[in-house]
Amino acid sequence: MARHEGRGMASVNYPIGMNLGGDPSQALIHSNPDGKFTVALSAIDLGQGMKQVSRQIAAETLGVPIEDVYVDTADSDTGPHDMGSFASRGTHRMGNAIIVAAREARGVLLEAAAEELEVNAADLVTDGRGNIHVRGAPSRSITVKATAQAAQFKQGKTIAGRGIFLIPLSAVDAETGEMNPNTAFAHACLVADVCVDDETGEVEVLRMTSAYELGRVINPRMVEQQLVGGAWMGISHALYETPEPYYPNPEHGPRDFNEYLMPGPGDIAPYHVTVLERPAPDGPFGGKGPGEMCANPVLPAIANAVYNAVGVRVDELPITPEKILRGLKANGGVKPGPRRGGPVNWR
Amino acid sequence: MATMEMRKDLFADERDDNLNVIGKGVQRQDMPGHVTARTRFFDDHAFDGMLHLKVVRSPHHHARIRAIDTSAAERAPGVKRVLRGADVPVNKNTLLSLINFGKDDEPSLAVSKVSYKGEPVVAILADSEAQALAACKLVRIDYDPLPAVFDVEETLKPGAPVVNETYPGNYFEYHERFDHQKLRFGDVERGFAGADIVMEHRYQMSPIEHAPTETNGSIAAPEQNGRYLVHSCAQGLFFALGTTAKIVDVESNQLHFIGGTVGGGFGGKVDSLTEPLAVLGAMLTGRPVRFVLDREEEMLYGSPRGAERIYIKDGLMRDGRIVARHIRSYFDAGAYTRLSSYAAIKCTAHVPGPYWIPNVASDIYVSYTNRCPSTAMRGFGVTAVDFALEVQMDRLAEAANMDPMELRILNAYRDGDMKPHRRAAKNTALVECVQVAAEKANWPLSEQAKRASSLIGGGAGERSQIPATQLDARGQIGRPDSRNGPVTQVLPAGTSRIAPSKQPVMEGARDGRATPTQVPRYEPQRPAAPPPPPAYQPAPPPYQPASSYSPPPAPPAPPPPVAPAQPQHGAVRFSSVFGTRRR
Repeated sequence: MARHEGRGMASVNYPIGMNLGGDPSQALIHSNPDGKFTVALSAIDLGQGMKQVSRQIAAETLGVPIEDVYVDTADSDTGPHDMGSFASRGTHRMGNAIIVAAREARGVLLEAAAEELEVNAADLVTDGRGNIHVRGAPSRSITVKATAQAAQFKQGKTIAGRGIFLIPLSAVDAETGEMNPNTAFAHACLVADVCVDDETGEVEVLRMTSAYELGRVINPRMVEQQLVGGAWMGISHALYETPEPYYPNPEHGPRDFNEYLMPGPGDIAPYHVTVLERPAPDGPFGGKGPGEMCANPVLPAIANAVYNAVGVRVDELPITPEKILRGLKANGGVKPGPRRGGPVNWR
Repeated sequence: MATMEMRKDLFADERDDNLNVIGKGVQRQDMPGHVTARTRFFDDHAFDGMLHLKVVRSPHHHARIRAIDTSAAERAPGVKRVLRGADVPVNKNTLLSLINFGKDDEPSLAVSKVSYKGEPVVAILADSEAQALAACKLVRIDYDPLPAVFDVEETLKPGAPVVNETYPGNYFEYHERFDHQKLRFGDVERGFAGADIVMEHRYQMSPIEHAPTETNGSIAAPEQNGRYLVHSCAQGLFFALGTTAKIVDVESNQLHFIGGTVGGGFGGKVDSLTEPLAVLGAMLTGRPVRFVLDREEEMLYGSPRGAERIYIKDGLMRDGRIVARHIRSYFDAGAYTRLSSYAAIKCTAHVPGPYWIPNVASDIYVSYTNRCPSTAMRGFGVTAVDFALEVQMDRLAEAANMDPMELRILNAYRDGDMKPHRRAAKNTALVECVQVAAEKANWPLSEQAKRASSLIGGGAGERSQIPATQLDARGQIGRPDSRNGPVTQVLPAGTSRIAPSKQPVMEGARDGRATPTQVPRYEPQRPAAPPPPPAYQPAPPPYQPASSYSPPPAPPAPPPPVAPAQPQHGAVRFSSVFGTRRR
């Protein structure tokens, strides 16, 4: 009786946004008289960071400090329509709507500043620290705050913008499946190292190594949060979770977290992610969306690693000790696959 | 335990990294609230006189309802109202009716039969949760159990119990023609015939709970002037609002939804499981109503990720090239459609995975079974098929006696490759992901694999072509006998029947329009003889916000707008929100 190490991999891509389009997002942005901006949306923050992504995109486009932007979502009386936070669509769709709205607000901001500085708005730039100045002449400047006050109380201008982003709805051909699906795809490859106990059938995930291409990373800490959390969900899908353990038999449904198996803190594997950025041509600053895909390569990579370790193919999830032991019995014992590479290049 | 690094050297020439705050790990605006428990979720709102709603659920997987007796429950302590199907103004809905996809098939409260264990039949509104639960036990429902079906393939066979009367064949109906969604590209049979190795395997994805920390729920309260305030955990605020307005039959502006801060959601909070009955209860009682699933309800009756059964048949050459792939997949929708119908379309677009294969076909079915309806969950339409595809790829590598990484790189799709849904791939990066993961994992690659690139080799020769394609009329609605029908037609190479996508619409961007929008001035507030307003020229922003990446080539210049500019619904519709609009 022994423990056997194995290594498996998987590579995937993932479509960003509702598959057929037709899923608009809108944003409204306005400044208060002190040059502080509110972004009004109906996007949903599930914990994934929608508010912060929106805030960074708005601040970047407006050219103002991030502290001067606050995202207000979601109140149907004040936030314009948005399809919702699903289908990895938040960053891509809402981000683009915010860019449109912020550009319009920025346009008014620069016009108001131009009027104060008596220059052409086209000659103005923002420094991202709350100032607007003439390109190449930083001394000819005005603060965003003073500009907003002048716009509000002197010039009678609303520093505001509105934006919508919509990929038009595509039809699907009944006979060929031809369609215009998603416009942006993210990519990933993941290697899982596992250890399989041939006596108990238990699988321990030793470590995982992955590379994700996500378009422009808007906030690397939030990308990390998504990818690491999603990998945990992937381990859980692969090895633990199911409400119907003998599907399609509908019985034995769990009623709480005591009965619904998921990995605990001791089952979380060390994980290294490398992020690549190939900007999406139509993404906000090239951003795509890591929300959904981050569990996907984990499931097959673990299944392939189990096969590499002991020679048992488990084609029905989750990969329970019972299935492994039955597989070992059917195979007449452990049949390890070829060793693949050496120790990982990270720690 | 977890570390992340950025490879800024890859695709560097496609990015401008000189940005101000994009790409920075700045702290989230909501994080201090989350970690100090100041954040308010939907259930952190208290109302005087709030009622609690609980539902009586079916104990049977499938049964006729012969009689419902709520008289004892109505007299129970604290009970203020009992709701039955007849009280629901529009007691049949399907979520995607909001985008005109599918037929209304699911009642809010079952009337004549139940199709899954846990289906709501009666709702009780009482002063306390305990009183509501106690009254639920007093409801007498006389059921006549029916045979049930749980297997996604058994349910499609003639003679299987009808799960969902709206779809009597137990499958979602596509294009009013077929019992599944087809994908046809090239000739898979010829591909298999010419392959060195043909293998077919069956994969089964398990259902999964969403298990959000915050269970599904909502609080509805009469606001004023016939409006209702709803604190919601919906993942799509207007989705939930629209669904609720339809079911309780009110105008959308009679509903005021507040949400946006949700305690976890992976798709299960798109379903609007509680909002319609909470609002209906508030309308009928005039009191605030809280309808929240407890953990057991969330586990047993909150929609799960549907199980999927997937068959993959591949034709492989000994050198590792995949020459044909056929996928047949069955989504387990449970008793009602919810969002499963859409997943099959998304799955179809995803086939055959991130690889270029010259002959591809798929048949994706959505099957109804007598279990809790499933719904969208993280990776909807893709996660399960990715599991199947990538285990299959591992098998192909073994069969070709090839390293699994090398097999992926050999078959990876690249820029310019034609995908089976008849659109060319762009912006691909699978090869680079495999190379980088191999490097970090210390998994040796051949020199050839290391030199491969997503930018090289794609779209060459037949890789950019739409091949002649075999069509069939298999699986016509109501004709299971047609499932083994012959090829009916060969579509000539290069055929496209769906018009290419229009450019994305980004209305509102002044620098995206042909001519700058004039900004109207408020003359009374202006000094005499003001200088003409400077025509707004979009200044190149200092940090180039999205300038390189927003909807790519400027769409062909539309005719210059005639003054006054065409009404644009964004401005008109929301003109009252922020006061004066420039128009």
